[in-house]
Amino acid sequence: MKRFAKLIQQLELSNKTNDKIAALVDYFNYADDKDKVWVIALFTGKKPKRPIKSALLKYWAIDITQTPEWLFAESYANVGDLSETIALLLPPAENTSDFQLHKWVEDLHDLEGKDDETKKDFILSAWNKLETQERFIFNKLISGNFRIGVSNKMLVNALAKQSSLDSAQIMHSIMGKWNPYEITFHELINGIHVNTDNSWPYPFCLAYALEQEPEKLGDIAEWQAEWKWDGIRGQIVKRNGELFIWSRGEELVTEQFPELHFMIDVLPDGVVLDGEILAVQDKQVLSFSTLQQRLNRKTINKKHLEDAPIGFFVYDILEYEAKDFREEPLSVRRKTLEQLIGGLDESPVIISPVINCSSWEALADLRQTSRSINSEGIMLKKLTSHYHSGRKRGDWWKWKINPYTVDAVMIYAQKGSGRRANFFTDYTFAVRDGENLVTIAKAYSGLTDKEIKEVNSFVNRNAIEKFGPVRTVKPELVFEIAFEGIAESKRHKAGLALRFPRILRWRKDKKADEINTLEDLRQLLQSTL
Amino acid sequence: MALIEFTKRGIYCKQGDFYVDPWWPVDYAVTTHGHSDHVRFGNKYYLCHTLTKPIIKRRISEDLNVETLEYGESISRNGVNISFFPAGHIIGSAQVRLEYKGEICVISGDYKIEDDGITVPFEPVKCHSFVSESTFGLPVYKWQKQEIVFDGIKNWVNDNINQQKTSVLIAYSLGKAQRLIKNLAGDTPIYVHNSIANLNEVIIEAGVNLPKTIRITPETTKDELQKGIVIVPPAMRDSRWIKNLSHPVTGICSGWMQVRAHRRWQSADAGFALSDHADWPGLMEAITATGAEKVYVTHGFTAAFSRFLNDEGIEAAEVLTKFGQEDDEENKVDLAEQNENK
Repeated sequence: MKRFAKLIQQLELSNKTNDKIAALVDYFNYADDKDKVWVIALFTGKKPKRPIKSALLKYWAIDITQTPEWLFAESYANVGDLSETIALLLPPAENTSDFQLHKWVEDLHDLEGKDDETKKDFILSAWNKLETQERFIFNKLISGNFRIGVSNKMLVNALAKQSSLDSAQIMHSIMGKWNPYEITFHELINGIHVNTDNSWPYPFCLAYALEQEPEKLGDIAEWQAEWKWDGIRGQIVKRNGELFIWSRGEELVTEQFPELHFMIDVLPDGVVLDGEILAVQDKQVLSFSTLQQRLNRKTINKKHLEDAPIGFFVYDILEYEAKDFREEPLSVRRKTLEQLIGGLDESPVIISPVINCSSWEALADLRQTSRSINSEGIMLKKLTSHYHSGRKRGDWWKWKINPYTVDAVMIYAQKGSGRRANFFTDYTFAVRDGENLVTIAKAYSGLTDKEIKEVNSFVNRNAIEKFGPVRTVKPELVFEIAFEGIAESKRHKAGLALRFPRILRWRKDKKADEINTLEDLRQLLQSTL
Repeated sequence: MALIEFTKRGIYCKQGDFYVDPWWPVDYAVTTHGHSDHVRFGNKYYLCHTLTKPIIKRRISEDLNVETLEYGESISRNGVNISFFPAGHIIGSAQVRLEYKGEICVISGDYKIEDDGITVPFEPVKCHSFVSESTFGLPVYKWQKQEIVFDGIKNWVNDNINQQKTSVLIAYSLGKAQRLIKNLAGDTPIYVHNSIANLNEVIIEAGVNLPKTIRITPETTKDELQKGIVIVPPAMRDSRWIKNLSHPVTGICSGWMQVRAHRRWQSADAGFALSDHADWPGLMEAITATGAEKVYVTHGFTAAFSRFLNDEGIEAAEVLTKFGQEDDEENKVDLAEQNENK
């Protein structure tokens, strides 16, 4: 556990990817094999089942430290993390322990089904033999996520460096289905478990935003241009007579989309398709707000199927004839895809069309029309490119249309959590509606640390009212809010809701009487319906 | 009638007609220590500890009219007896004890309980009313013994030197810097920024035994600095000068570094929880030792700390002050919290 605690500390102390990878490689070189499996599990979000509710941890900590509950709450507000608050509040440990990480995880697992007294005894004795940093990690093992800025990609790169195995293979292995209680480190990174499993998808290939002129990419003939669709990225997997639909959140969503189940008869075994789940009618893509009616539903009824019919726009083929097809060039994959499902007339599964253009200029003009077909811009993919794991610069670019923007005034501010626990970082914005201000969006990203400090100081000086953690502030600061879409909403007072609102910039040059009106937004809404 | 009142100019003693650490110009300013949120320009007379005099003369102006007291010494002003006791915060820091017709009030300024090896350690003073800071007035703030923290800093420095990195410690130039110098002095040379070197000169001249340091000049090479310990004030943090060093890594020495959120927010390479303010047990210990019937809680977690004292049966009130609000104070990280609690 001490070694793991040191790793966490190293990961937290650096903002540099190379330092983090070096710390991970160092850890994987020396740590116990069983511990390594758990570190991979924890960093990829495979949490052990919670044996104890975090509320109980809190009450036991309050109990043994004799801290009033309100004071615990004040402390929590300052620290911004429950596990850490408890770790800091407890008195210094009287013993030490050399238990390894996996031993703690297993002991915690064994607590399941035991009564609260037994659990309490175990926890209190553990707290009494762990240092503050170890305690924090121990509490996290029970109650939380390790948010320490280690992406799957970073973890995989470190494992690849340490084991000299191929990174795409490791990514596929750790994304597969495995049980950290049973698998060995060797089995895990070599992917012994993946081939036997029918359902598992590949890591998605993601694109960076194009920040330069497309002319810089060279001859347009070397590129494939497609529309960029705004839905749920997904994979359709057909193996050994079974069909699976995965969303990008590594979530199995097969049951949610019965419209796509016919693919089980269309696709041969050993095929994986990458594409976008969209609301589609008569081969036309509908707005994202239509698709939203179908998301996260436990049951689907006839009305849902009629109001928001689903389709799948296919981008790519990742597995063909039961072989990993990702190393083939895009041009070959595309051809294979067209041969395989090009003949599906009248079906909601459509190969996402290629935009044929002979010049970047003509393509730029076409891009301006994206919104009219509910697309959010253009994707540019090099015809020779492989299908990479995760984000990689150079081969795929997203060339999105500029977002919508609105100038709004800040009227509420709330403190953030975690790293930002002591600063007002979450703001609510309003536009003018006659004499009144009406809230239209909440956003908490887009400002620099320096700007946040400045806004923070404004909030402190100009708070009008306190509602718990929320401050009403003098409507004075104007921000330009960017957003991707607008939809009607009965839940919001304004009668509409913005999609992906974020702060584009602080308009220090504008006064509160120069902001947009609700009428401006209503007109925009009408024009998009 | 109470011995002190809290006015917009600062803490005022009507019977003696003087202020303690005022933030607007007054005739007579009793000064607890040399940090700029406690002593300002423009007062006609200053009364401070002997060691604070050369510090404020150097920092504010050579022309100040300054009277001094040693710890335990006293003078009388309009019948109010004023004496100084060690506050343990930084060199020359004093608690101000006021006595008038048997009524005793102590204004602690900033203080810490732990002996830091260079400041005369805090000494509790019995009183009827006590003015306490509350910078770290939450129970999550509990310091480790400074030996442990310094071991951590030394290990960090040694690792850096071995990895060809340059160790840059960020510390307030008055107080924290000298504490680091005193406790890190050894085989590794310590290089200090001009502002720290200037203060060190004054402090050594006043008779304090401070280990040898090297003033950084344009002639100092990057190679020398890489093999040493570099100490600079917070204003230098994001400077080009640091970025141009050979593989610089920065370490912040502040009580706020106890909490991960603060460490990450500061985006330094390392954070060491080393504070010149009392931690939660320290505040409680100090207040209990005074035997005070009434406690005035100033800058910090005033609301939470005074509520806790009241629950414990010690009458306490929050007081609005402008202490702890200087840009160059180590606790600037948490101005938000301080303002909010007022």
